[in-house]
Amino acid sequence: MWGAFLLALVPLLWILWTVVSKGGHLLLDSQWWTNSQKGITARREGGGAIHAIQGTLIQGLTTAVISVPIGVMTAIYLVEYGRGRLAKAVSFMVDILTGVPSIVAGLFIYALWVTTFGFQRVGFAVCLALVLLMVPVVVRSTEEMLKLVPNELREAAYALGVPKWKTIVKVVLPTAFSGIITGVLLGLARVMGETAPLLILGPYSKSIATDLFSGLMPTLPTMINQDRTESLQPAVDRVWAAALTLILLILLLNLAGRVIARLGSVKK
Amino acid sequence: MAKRIDVSDLNVYYGAFKAVEGVTMTVEPRSVTAFIGPSGCGKSTFLRTLNRMHEVIPGGRVEGKVMLDDQDLYASDVDPVAVRRTVGMVFQRPNPFPTMSIYDNVAAGLRLNGVKGKKKLDEVVEKSLNGANLWNEVKDRLAKPGAGLSGGQQQRLCIARAIAVEPQVLLMDEPCSALDPISTLAIEDLISELKSQYTIVIVTHNMQQAARVSDQTAFFNLAATGKPGKLVEVADTQKIFNNPGVKATEDYISGRFG
Ligand SMILES: Nc1ncnc2c1ncn2[C@@H]1O[C@H](COP(=O)(O)OP(=O)(O)OP(=O)(O)O)[C@@H](O)[C@H]1O
Ligand SMILES: [Mg+2]
Repeated sequence: MWGAFLLALVPLLWILWTVVSKGGHLLLDSQWWTNSQKGITARREGGGAIHAIQGTLIQGLTTAVISVPIGVMTAIYLVEYGRGRLAKAVSFMVDILTGVPSIVAGLFIYALWVTTFGFQRVGFAVCLALVLLMVPVVVRSTEEMLKLVPNELREAAYALGVPKWKTIVKVVLPTAFSGIITGVLLGLARVMGETAPLLILGPYSKSIATDLFSGLMPTLPTMINQDRTESLQPAVDRVWAAALTLILLILLLNLAGRVIARLGSVKK
Repeated sequence: MAKRIDVSDLNVYYGAFKAVEGVTMTVEPRSVTAFIGPSGCGKSTFLRTLNRMHEVIPGGRVEGKVMLDDQDLYASDVDPVAVRRTVGMVFQRPNPFPTMSIYDNVAAGLRLNGVKGKKKLDEVVEKSLNGANLWNEVKDRLAKPGAGLSGGQQQRLCIARAIAVEPQVLLMDEPCSALDPISTLAIEDLISELKSQYTIVIVTHNMQQAARVSDQTAFFNLAATGKPGKLVEVADTQKIFNNPGVKATEDYISGRFG
């Protein structure tokens, strides 16, 4: 038991230690959180990561805002209503989506967005690719949580003369709430660290860009990727610092989600 | 308030499987009717047809007639949701809503059906909890979670929740089987009190309980596993327990069964 625990802990601590020791010092500098990399070359020190942090947050949240309703409603359909052929087909499609490699999702949206429609590569296209990756995670985790809600609770509500849809909204979803949030966060953490679709649809740029519909939007993963082959020390430091920032960001989101889940969870 | 139930020639199915066959019986308003019989003979199944809960199970369907006073429950223009508002149900295992407080649990039926107004809800909650003999035990902690009560209290909370929507009929499926003798007694007392306002049907495996609380007893049996359950005999509880008309009833009650 303890052996397994240590075995799991070693790589985790190792990663954290490496990232903190190599990039931690940059995060202590306030310009990391306020400046972009505009006009800063690989051999120069300084600049910050705010452009990439903003990009990652904007894209992550947009993806979540699109994926959560789709995913949760699909899960509700599958668990509460789905019978017969259509439900089987939907479930099968979710299975397939789960298995789609992220680079394929990126290429698919590229083919659609750029090749077919002739649009420019923008942040929103990245979000669409990420939605493809996040929806199946949300569907599957929400499904599990809805299945955990005892049937007796549904029956108790029906027996009070409550219609089915209201039972789902007012009894089933609140009971499964904290579990659903956890699933959403897992999905979000996955897409925020995703890199392949970003390389195809949203190459790195050095300055702040907050418009999802015009221009390239820099993100932490693409920032990391950009300089990872550099040998100059300032750039290398920034790669580690960006990695640490990404880890912290996801950690923070998880904590926030936990608080939300705690507030709305089953009372004991 | 209370209504009469008239069942005629009722067959109940799970898909192709006929679980209950040919039930004909009458339940008088303001009386307690007990269903007894061996496990698997279809007591719960039949009970759940009385408020159309049976059909929430995939494949569940019914043939025959159930009349509530002069309303045909299975007429094509009847909304099952409305039926369940008229015919309430208490389940075997206490099932308060885990996300809701004691107060919210009792108010749930009204709130979810669109009733608003704190004053009205306060009134109903107090009245229902009183009706379920729970008010004195919980009046100081109405905001606490319903799931934090003891099993017996939870079951009374569920009864309060059921009577809060002012049904005409109350169905209870082994409401005491998960409870200790003291809580059981409390619920039995409660049933005797509720009888003055509601038509009550209770399923029980406890002969003494049937004898104690019911006016009328119905004995169900099944010929063999896989065969449909049937109503063997229904009569005054006195008669069923002292002078049953059918040998199988006597055998079952005296424990000489099988
Ligand atoms: N959801 C279901 N799907 C299919 N068959 C079912 C279902 N529920 C019950 N049955 C079958 O219907 C028959 C009657 O079951 P029911 O639960 O009504 O018996 P019961 O008399 O209430 O038994 P107990 O005293 O153990 O509660 C049994 O043969 C049972 O296997
Ligand atoms: Mg039963």
